Amino acid sequence: MLKDILKILESDARATPSQIAAMTGMPQAEVTKLIKKAQRDRTILKYKAIINWDKTENEHVFAWIGVRLEPQKDVGFDSIAERIYRFPQARSVYLVSGTYDLLVLVTGKNNHEIANFVSQKLSHIEGVKETVTQFILKRYKEDGEVMEGTEEIKRQAVVL
Amino acid sequence: MSKQTGIQKHRKQHISQRANQLSPSGIRKFFDLLSSIGGIISLGVGEPDFTTPWHIREAAIESIEKGQTMYTSNSGMPELRKELARYLKNEYGIDYDPTSELLITVGVSEALDLAMRATLDHGDEVILPDPSFVAYKSCVILAEGKPMSIPTYEASNFEINAADIEAHITPKTRAILIGYPSNPTGAVMSREQLVKIAAVARKHNLTVLSDEIYCKLVYGVEHTCFASLPEMKEHTILLGGFSKAFAMTGWRVGYAAAPREVITAMTKIHQYTMMCVSTMGQVAALEALKGGQDSVIEMVEDYNRRRLVIVKGLREIGLSCFEPRGAFYAFPSIKCTGMTSEEFAENLLTEEKVAVVPGSAFGKCGEGYIRCCYATSLSEIEEALNRMRRFVNKYRKT
Ligand SMILES: Cc1ncc(COP(=O)(O)O)c(C=O)c1O
Repeated sequence: MLKDILKILESDARATPSQIAAMTGMPQAEVTKLIKKAQRDRTILKYKAIINWDKTENEHVFAWIGVRLEPQKDVGFDSIAERIYRFPQARSVYLVSGTYDLLVLVTGKNNHEIANFVSQKLSHIEGVKETVTQFILKRYKEDGEVMEGTEEIKRQAVVL
Repeated sequence: MSKQTGIQKHRKQHISQRANQLSPSGIRKFFDLLSSIGGIISLGVGEPDFTTPWHIREAAIESIEKGQTMYTSNSGMPELRKELARYLKNEYGIDYDPTSELLITVGVSEALDLAMRATLDHGDEVILPDPSFVAYKSCVILAEGKPMSIPTYEASNFEINAADIEAHITPKTRAILIGYPSNPTGAVMSREQLVKIAAVARKHNLTVLSDEIYCKLVYGVEHTCFASLPEMKEHTILLGGFSKAFAMTGWRVGYAAAPREVITAMTKIHQYTMMCVSTMGQVAALEALKGGQDSVIEMVEDYNRRRLVIVKGLREIGLSCFEPRGAFYAFPSIKCTGMTSEEFAENLLTEEKVAVVPGSAFGKCGEGYIRCCYATSLSEIEEALNRMRRFVNKYRKT
């Protein structure tokens, strides 16, 4: 089933069709076919790595920005969201319930770059009423992965 | 200090016959070898590679913070027994009275010991499958019973056969001990075969001790709880636990469910030898039962992927391997190498640094097989398979 394949790929994007076939008991050709189809219909968007940038020289700053929108005649939230997500700085964009209407994850090389993006671009978009920027100070867990490697647990090598 | 007083006179310690008669683990040499070699890939484990789900650990931590550090009732925390009764009702439709028919034990290990001691008299015979879990025979012997092994074979998927059981019944037979899904074979029993065993138990008025610790770990088949078969609750001592399904081996919690008189007798022994199960362990077990089985389902899905990979891999190496439908073991035949299982395991360990358990450790019928536990990462399984391929190709005779 496609769901089984997706679960495997979500936890390891590098799993090959032959490995997935062995793990699911499906014929390899079938696995390949289903993956191709899922890529075509954008069920699978992309294969990528989860990286701890803090371990590199590369500076990366992340911020969550809460955006309050002004309901506008003839312009839905979707199209305002689109105005925002077209900017490459916006890594993720969500419509949410609660105090804000949109939640935007933004990256930049430094705080300055993000501040610029918010003040020069985001807040000028028609329909954006208010923004609140929260810089990320430390990432503990990303996409299910704990950033600092947890200690390996030792098991008895042989138990009868 | 003078030289003379420095010389310690060796006092010969008296060891009871009871302890002496227990066979030391048949594969002592193998264990010694194992501890001398580093950097091995181990398919020799007998426990999950998951840590206990966080909600369970969290509940136990909270209980410790709150100071829940005292003894509990001998039979186990009332809330836990109540929840367990509910669980058994939901899973298998069996009604157990939480106050008189359930006992919380230090793993299935203790429950096994108690069950034997509570039901066997000197010389009583207990029928059990060969190969099977290493503790079975010893527990029977410690209770002064006599284990009667019934051979099981790959050709019949290592299921124990009702007709074979019946053929081994003597006037001294007291109980049948079965443990399916099986350690070491991964075999499960079909409902039809269990129904036949139930008929034998009824006809000869025998107790059936059913170790169902792996009941949650089945793949593509449904587990039948022996006590849920018609009229079998009265004949069954059901042993279950948290170690395998909830990845809780280190917590040491299990249980026995049985008719009132049996539980009363087991509780007496437990009360004098164990008092009660560790309180934090019981809190964790309670949370495991209450917290739903989402994490169990995820773990089972994960084991199943690895099961498919290892069975396919072993077969591609050319080892015959019947389809294990339960637990987390594959039990391939290594007869094509002409080695005994112990030789195979030793040589594989020294030459390729892969640890497996010789099937002979689990009984005579395990000779010619090895137990490979697939509760280890896929990349390790794949590497172990590569090394085994190299090894088998080198020594293959047939
Ligand atoms: C078949 C079988 N029964 C019982 C046990 C012991 O389980 P527990 O951890 O509940 O004592 C094991 C552990 O390996 C087992 O394989």
